[in-house]
Amino acid sequence: MNHPTVPPAAPLGGTTLPDATGSPHWWRPVQGRLHSWDVSTGVDGPGTRFVAFAAGCPLRCLYCQNPDTWRMRDGTPTTAEQVVNQVRGFVQFVRTAGGGMTVSGGEPLLQPAFTHALFTGAKELGLHTALDTSGALGARASDALLDATDLVLLDIKSWDPARYHRLTGAAIEPTLAFARRLAERGTPVWVRYVLVPGLTDDPSDVEGVARFAAGLGNVERVDVLPFHRLGAAKYDRLGIPFALRDTAPPDAELLTRVRDTFTAAGLTTY
Amino acid sequence: MTTISAPAELAAWRGFQGGSWRDQVDVAGFVRANVRPYNGDEGFLSGPTERTTHVWGLLTAMFPQERERGIYDVDTHTPASITAHAPGYIDRDRELIVGLQTDAPLRRAIMPFGGLRMVENGLKAYGYELDPVVKEIFTRYRKTHNAAVFDAYTPQILAARKAGVITGLPDAYGRGRIIGDYRRVPLYGVDFLIAAKQLDKASLNGRAATADVIRDREELAEQLRALAELKAMAAGYGYDISGPARTAREAVQWLYFAYLAAAKEQNGAAMSLGRTSTFLDVYLERDLAEGTLTESGAQELIDDFVMKLRIIRFLRTPEYDQLFSGDPTWVTESIGGMGIDGRTLVTRTSLRYLQTLYNLGPAPEPNLTVLWSPELPEPFKRFCAKVSMDTSAIQYENDDLLRHYSDDDTAIACCVSAMRVGKDMQFFGARVNVAKALLYAINGGRDEMTGAQVAPATAPVTGDVLRYEDVLAAFDRTLDWLARTYVDALNIIHFMHDKYAYERIEMALHDYPVRRFLACGIAGLSVAADSLAAIRYARVTPVRDETGLVVDYTIEGEYPAYGNGDDRADSIAVWLVETFMDKVRANPSYRDAIHTQSVLTITSNVVYGKHTGNTPDGRRAGEPFAPGANPMNGRDTHGMVASALSVAKLPYASARDGISLTSTVTPDGLGRADAERVTNLVGILDGYTGAGGFHLNVNVLDRATLLDAMAYPERYPQLTIRVSGYAVNFVRLTPEQQRDVVNRTFHGTT
Repeated sequence: MNHPTVPPAAPLGGTTLPDATGSPHWWRPVQGRLHSWDVSTGVDGPGTRFVAFAAGCPLRCLYCQNPDTWRMRDGTPTTAEQVVNQVRGFVQFVRTAGGGMTVSGGEPLLQPAFTHALFTGAKELGLHTALDTSGALGARASDALLDATDLVLLDIKSWDPARYHRLTGAAIEPTLAFARRLAERGTPVWVRYVLVPGLTDDPSDVEGVARFAAGLGNVERVDVLPFHRLGAAKYDRLGIPFALRDTAPPDAELLTRVRDTFTAAGLTTY
Repeated sequence: MTTISAPAELAAWRGFQGGSWRDQVDVAGFVRANVRPYNGDEGFLSGPTERTTHVWGLLTAMFPQERERGIYDVDTHTPASITAHAPGYIDRDRELIVGLQTDAPLRRAIMPFGGLRMVENGLKAYGYELDPVVKEIFTRYRKTHNAAVFDAYTPQILAARKAGVITGLPDAYGRGRIIGDYRRVPLYGVDFLIAAKQLDKASLNGRAATADVIRDREELAEQLRALAELKAMAAGYGYDISGPARTAREAVQWLYFAYLAAAKEQNGAAMSLGRTSTFLDVYLERDLAEGTLTESGAQELIDDFVMKLRIIRFLRTPEYDQLFSGDPTWVTESIGGMGIDGRTLVTRTSLRYLQTLYNLGPAPEPNLTVLWSPELPEPFKRFCAKVSMDTSAIQYENDDLLRHYSDDDTAIACCVSAMRVGKDMQFFGARVNVAKALLYAINGGRDEMTGAQVAPATAPVTGDVLRYEDVLAAFDRTLDWLARTYVDALNIIHFMHDKYAYERIEMALHDYPVRRFLACGIAGLSVAADSLAAIRYARVTPVRDETGLVVDYTIEGEYPAYGNGDDRADSIAVWLVETFMDKVRANPSYRDAIHTQSVLTITSNVVYGKHTGNTPDGRRAGEPFAPGANPMNGRDTHGMVASALSVAKLPYASARDGISLTSTVTPDGLGRADAERVTNLVGILDGYTGAGGFHLNVNVLDRATLLDAMAYPERYPQLTIRVSGYAVNFVRLTPEQQRDVVNRTFHGTT
């Protein structure tokens, strides 16, 4: 039978990647700001994962469901050691169940040193690591950080530069450059594409992302994520207007069409 | 020794391996010697035959009327016994396995030995009246268990019971949770069992006639009488079960007759079946090998058997049904597990039992319980996960813990109560409300809702801000009182139950002497733990009414809540479980039963909440508790796994009657595609078991489905969900319970 695989457990103890200082413990005091954490299954990378949500994001995506993660200063100050100590309580479970640690956000690459430190700690625990990013700050990811990254969950939000800008408030080029860099390094990537009716459902837009992703060679799968409005209450709480309040989630037909576009490009798509 | 080597046994036991089980009752030994572990997948299974679909169709056509009226029919004249009712059939010509509790399907029996009031109120609620002759017999001439218990209750017990700090006591109906080893009947035949019991009874002949010995002699005599009646009941259906079963069909039939005898006579809170699938597998595989049975035929026998288990019914009151959500019978069947020799006890018939959820559609009964170990064969684990995702109808218990604390022939009674089949029994003890007890501690023993003095008067906690040390000291004293009053009540109940409503046939299918547990329990664990965490880590100020009674609390600041992997809160829950267990143990038990406790509410968490005032954790008066050992609804904010691992910290050694966790997860919360979801659910079950978690109910549902089912119940007649240790039909819950289920933490993507 052909079952989807989850990352095999690394040998107990894992490995500590030294940095320039040569100290194996360099990562512990590195400071950062964390929005929250949880343990989730099947949504933030393979298996069951400890997910650290870093606070702060340079983008302001129209469909963002987590406006509470936008500002870094709203996060809780912490150190990599404190977070990894929290992870420690779940290591045995994650090793048995299959999974790892994901740093998400917010945008983890807004705090690249912190993210690097978290992954280094995760590797010490023998965990698989996944970086959940828009790629907009991909240039800030050092090679050492990417050495400690087993998988990148890369959001490509649009193919059309103008639409990307309207959707996120930023340019698309840094994301594409980051994607190419990951391809050159051979770092596995899962592409995420949020499907919003009227915004990201233009066939030529979808085809553009699909063609690009298929051409990279390191994209293991594509997750097409249907837009939802469950974050609307957060906007209300924060007193921020929610631009897509009246936008309906995509129907099954549209979802199928978009998934088929990615599949037709030769990509494994969910 | 009861050596029987008549030709009948030799033919019936043809091809069976092993010797130790032949001379004395030892079903576990038989299973170990003959089990054929199955390591493959579900590809071999058969769908329903036309016959199966036809017979099941006859029953399902009756369900809407039963659901609408509460009961389908009842015999108001005939006090139930093993032989009281004439044989009954669904479709006599087409049933493979026969036998009904009364003379017609879904026709309920009256069982007045447990208590007459339950019978009268049950009948009245559905528009029936008890036969006056029966009423006269059970008031003037024959005392019931219920009447006897109230003769012996103390005023303290009555007050605690009335206030709802001790609740759900089996003092008005059958205690249940006793599993006869029904497999003994097919393996040995009834005559062998009678001979063995006669030897047990004779072994007492030389003993001085003390109260204990006299009671044992009388009980053994009752058991012998019941075994004779079992044979007579089967004979009424045209079967001679004095000898062992010779074919698979006979094995299923003999086993069912044994179970049916118990269900005819006892309205037990839980009438569980035991661990029968791998036992029956030996017979099914023998017939398959001999060419007298096909796979479709084997599945058909199991489907027919399960159909019978699905229509076990008892007459109960609407209040009882409200407490436990619908009309539960807890026909729990334990499936799978590992043997002590390292081989798995999963057989093809383990999968055939699960297949009934497809062939007949999902259903709450029988309560299919998978004994889970990471060592189970991978294809079986994946099949279980798939069935959970498709039906939400199975529960999981930690087989590694069960094997360690009991043995590999252990079955679950009710929801989470483990017993070695035929060797252990329990005195079911329902549960106490520890959240309410905490309020009593703060209020010097007065009830927070009525102001009545329920616990002995002590100094109430004074001052503006509650001090953790003060509250803890008062709580400790209150728990001492609660444990003493509780164990007293249970001792009275079980003394009287043995005397007036003894489970003759179930105990006839146990060893003599039997090991007994006194199964206590607690409800409101998460509310009590969070309240203590709030008092310790936030500022909690009591609000008093004009009589000085604390009726509310204001909370300033944050506190860590149980269910988030935070030891500050989780350790309080652990402390409470261990502390109450110790206090229970300090009180002597009836018949020297071993004290145990469960952390289980079934669905009564709603009613407990209704009867408990505002609590220091911020919960409002009347709001439901979380079920079982679950963290409080909505306070476990770091996902299902973090929540489950907090529950896994509760020590099984201090809660050997089981620790129940119910989790609802949306399909998206397990992954994006089915195969991936199966892999991830298997991983979660392995990880939870590995972390020492005892029990997990898994619902894979989305909120939208439940809301739709609330609005259009007729579209979801079979929608089954797991609640705290067993499954219910969602559409049979009260609207209030439905809302509670919907509001329970849904773990998934947001």
